[in-house]
Amino acid sequence: MQSLILRTATRLVVALMLIFSLFLLWRGHNLPGGGFIGSLVAATAFALYSMADGPAAVRRALRIDPRLIAVIGLMTALIAGLWAALAGVPFLTGLWNKIPLGEGAELPLGTPLLFDIGVYLTVLGGVLSLLLALEESEVDDDRLD
Amino acid sequence: MTAWTDAVSMEPVLAVVAGVLTAAAVYLMLSRNLVRFLFGLMLLSNAVNIVIFASGRLTLVAPPLIPGDAVAPAATVANALPQALILTAIVIGFGLLSFVMVLVWRAYVSLGTVDTDAMREAEPVEEDADPPPGDPASVPSPARGS
Amino acid sequence: MGEAATTANPAAPGADAPASAAWRLLAVVPLAALIGFVSLLPAITAGETLSVGWAWVPGLDVRLSFYVDGLSLLFALLISGIGFFIFLYAGSYLGRHPRFGRFSIYLLAFMGSMLGLVLADNIITLFVFWELTTLTSYLLIGFDHTQAKARRNALQALLVTGIGGLALLAGLILMAIVGGSFELSQLIAQGDAIREHALHLPILILVLAGAFTKSAQFPFHFWLPNAMAAPTPVSAYLHSATMVKAGVYLLARMHPALGDSDWWTWTLLIAGAVTAVWASLLAIRQSDLKLMLAYTTLMALGTLVMFLGAENYYAIAAAVTFILVHSFYKAALFMVVGIIDHEAGTREIDRLGGLRGALPITFAAALAAAFSMAGFPPFLGFIGKELKYEGALAISEAPIFMTTAAVTANALMVAVALVVVIRPFLGTRPDLPKVPHEAPVAMWLGPVVLAACGIIFGVAPGAIGNALVDPTVEAILYSPQNIELKLWHGINLPLALSVVTVTLGAFFFVMRRRLIRWTGAWLDFVRITGDAAYDRAVAAMMAFAAWQTDLLQGGRQRIYLATTLITFIVLVGGTLIAFGGVAMPAAWPSAPLPVWGIAALIVAGALATTQMRSRIGALAAVGSAGTGVALLFLAFGAPDVAMTQFMIETLSVVIAALILPRLPAMAGRGHPGRHGRLRDAAIAVACGTVVTLLVIAVTAGPFDRSLTGFFEIASVPDAFGRNIVNVILVDFRAIDTFGEIAVVAIAGLASVALIRQTMTSRRDR
Repeated sequence: MQSLILRTATRLVVALMLIFSLFLLWRGHNLPGGGFIGSLVAATAFALYSMADGPAAVRRALRIDPRLIAVIGLMTALIAGLWAALAGVPFLTGLWNKIPLGEGAELPLGTPLLFDIGVYLTVLGGVLSLLLALEESEVDDDRLD
Repeated sequence: MTAWTDAVSMEPVLAVVAGVLTAAAVYLMLSRNLVRFLFGLMLLSNAVNIVIFASGRLTLVAPPLIPGDAVAPAATVANALPQALILTAIVIGFGLLSFVMVLVWRAYVSLGTVDTDAMREAEPVEEDADPPPGDPASVPSPARGS
Repeated sequence: MGEAATTANPAAPGADAPASAAWRLLAVVPLAALIGFVSLLPAITAGETLSVGWAWVPGLDVRLSFYVDGLSLLFALLISGIGFFIFLYAGSYLGRHPRFGRFSIYLLAFMGSMLGLVLADNIITLFVFWELTTLTSYLLIGFDHTQAKARRNALQALLVTGIGGLALLAGLILMAIVGGSFELSQLIAQGDAIREHALHLPILILVLAGAFTKSAQFPFHFWLPNAMAAPTPVSAYLHSATMVKAGVYLLARMHPALGDSDWWTWTLLIAGAVTAVWASLLAIRQSDLKLMLAYTTLMALGTLVMFLGAENYYAIAAAVTFILVHSFYKAALFMVVGIIDHEAGTREIDRLGGLRGALPITFAAALAAAFSMAGFPPFLGFIGKELKYEGALAISEAPIFMTTAAVTANALMVAVALVVVIRPFLGTRPDLPKVPHEAPVAMWLGPVVLAACGIIFGVAPGAIGNALVDPTVEAILYSPQNIELKLWHGINLPLALSVVTVTLGAFFFVMRRRLIRWTGAWLDFVRITGDAAYDRAVAAMMAFAAWQTDLLQGGRQRIYLATTLITFIVLVGGTLIAFGGVAMPAAWPSAPLPVWGIAALIVAGALATTQMRSRIGALAAVGSAGTGVALLFLAFGAPDVAMTQFMIETLSVVIAALILPRLPAMAGRGHPGRHGRLRDAAIAVACGTVVTLLVIAVTAGPFDRSLTGFFEIASVPDAFGRNIVNVILVDFRAIDTFGEIAVVAIAGLASVALIRQTMTSRRDR
């Protein structure tokens, strides 16, 4: 029963929100944002998509099971921690590598960013797996009073 | 805009807000209806977060961000530590709430009720069959239920 | 109490199951220990003390340390020596019992605990072993666990001695605080300091509570006769030389530290004398041989406690000698009674007689042991008795009272000794449940050797006098001692008292039936039964537990919640009041208008949620409150938190919109009871008030910003991040965050599993 306009508009908004969520994740170390907020924005975007096109469409767009996303996220965070342990410093110590960009500017890349990506994936996967399973279990007699 | 930064004693306002949230949450959670309990749980996590937030002191100043040309905040900024604690608490509270909602639905499907007084699978109203430890002859058996 | 005659059904000795043969080899353990302890004897006799120890909990001054002096060596020799014979004996007595392996392990564990107890130097080590003897004796007394009586009596012994053990722990810790050391060897050197300290009396009461419960002193005497529900080898071991003597050991050990004060002296003298006379009167009244011996054990313990109350050399030497004497004859007699029970099928003296022909070796052992018990020369018991009278006469506080108590109790012992040896063995043999044959060597060896010790050391008392008694008395009195144990002291007052004792004992023996009638009337009149008091206490405790369980765990979730909340109100509110109440802000809070608006939004949302009758209305109300909270975060400089809160509000509404339609409508508010709404509202308002006051109290105090300051300074140089909140999350406190995202992942995965399972169960309907 969804209108074509809603569906088209939704797709546009969802795409914008997903880009915004990655932007939030990237800038989070220096400005408001980060893995938690980014992942919640992404989850909200997928929730919107699911309302417009149904959970099956979301699963197709994701390509992999959201539970697997959560597990990959946890693994990523773990690797970010173990990296430090392998380098001989305590688990989860931040390690940094500055990539020169020329003209004196440099881009610091470090394991905290990897860790934040892990946070992003874990929260996104956890929330989405719950949300999709719940929508798929929806039954006909659903009606709010 | 001076009023924003001059305010010094706003904690009591948040104290009252947290108290009202707690009272409303507790009242809902004491209901035997699990749906009302769920709403109580939602309010309670907000109450707790405000308690933590207020305990870190309130300032209507800049957020805890460091300008690009400095190595430390130039002026006073908001307390970053309770913010970090609350941020994760909000996400975890959401995880908990989602799980509890699914659990209530599961209980309703299995037991056919959301009335906690009727949910006595683990502790049935019937008299306990096991005698208490010790000499059964010398010990009055406890009266269970009412 | 005559029904205690039913104990474990001992299997017939003789052919054994192969499995039990291996268990019997455990007897080499006590033998090895005995040899080891004997090898220490020359050093101890020479006046040395040995100690060894390892750090255990260094932060609490707890060491696993051991200390050997005369006193601990005396007990260690008795425990391992008698233990050896008990292991041999039990192999025959219970060898074919299906749970003999378990029994052997219990017995070995008990022996180890007992040795640890008497050798411990550190008081915590002492306490641990003390409680281990309680636990292992519980297992041994209740070994015949299919019988309710055995279970009940084992539990009684556990509770009485266990509670005493806790008192002892408190006393020992107080003593360590006063004395400044956790090592007994240090504490006993500080007797004067401890005696003069204000805590002396509390320490004394607590330590005596431990010793009196363990050694079954009046009024805690009742558990020991009940503990005769144990198999006979257990009674022979625990209730002669070991378990019940632990209290005596403790008193002897504490003598230098706590003794020599009026409280100590009078408490021990009176409790000991009352126990001794009382128990010996009860002993003569029994018809079950084992119970009779149990009460004589009580009498012996009373006597020992009485003499440990004294300060003079003779009294202490009497106590030490009597520990030896009693261990020899009592272990022997218990084993003899076990043999009689085994061979004749009964322990009732009125059904026994004429066994001397069938059991000649057992008879000889019984005769020797009983004569030592009665204190006839030339047995060691005679020397012990002479020392007792000398000691009693030398107790300056109350020589007449003490001597009278000692003579009365000893005369009754003579009567009991005559009963034990004459009634089963002499006279004509009646019809017995079984045809008796002499017991196997493993069973009679113990009684014979132990009874022989009574003669050998009686004839040559010097051997143990110098080697063992002197160092022990030195340890108890904490000063060098030297006296010769002699059989013949010449004609003196103690000898005269001995003559009186024997005459009186013979008279009691002859007049036994009349004595039982007289004392029966008197005992009915007095009626002091600790057993009944114990039953009442246990019943009251169970009733209280049932009442409290019913109150707190009635099976209603909202009652559990209310209990938790009321506890919160009382504890937090009470703490606020106890610390001087809450200083209310002097002025009306001066918040800017938008903050008031946001606060009003949250309050309105929260209150509206409680009043909504429809689910969608409640969801809207709760959502507006949550949005208000997000705005609050934004207003107070927390954009990250505010964004998170906004997103979570959105997702919560999405999830709730999926779940709530599947649940029934909210019919009624669900606060049952006549004033249910009022009651729950009262709890709610109280909780809210406590939270408000708590926040006011917390924020009114000084604020330590050092942690935040660190994060602000270190964020850019150390972590290359300018958003301090994010830096805390992914760097400084990343391990917290890691745990938290794991929780989110688990909550998500668990929910999926729950949803799938619910769908399956619904499809199956």
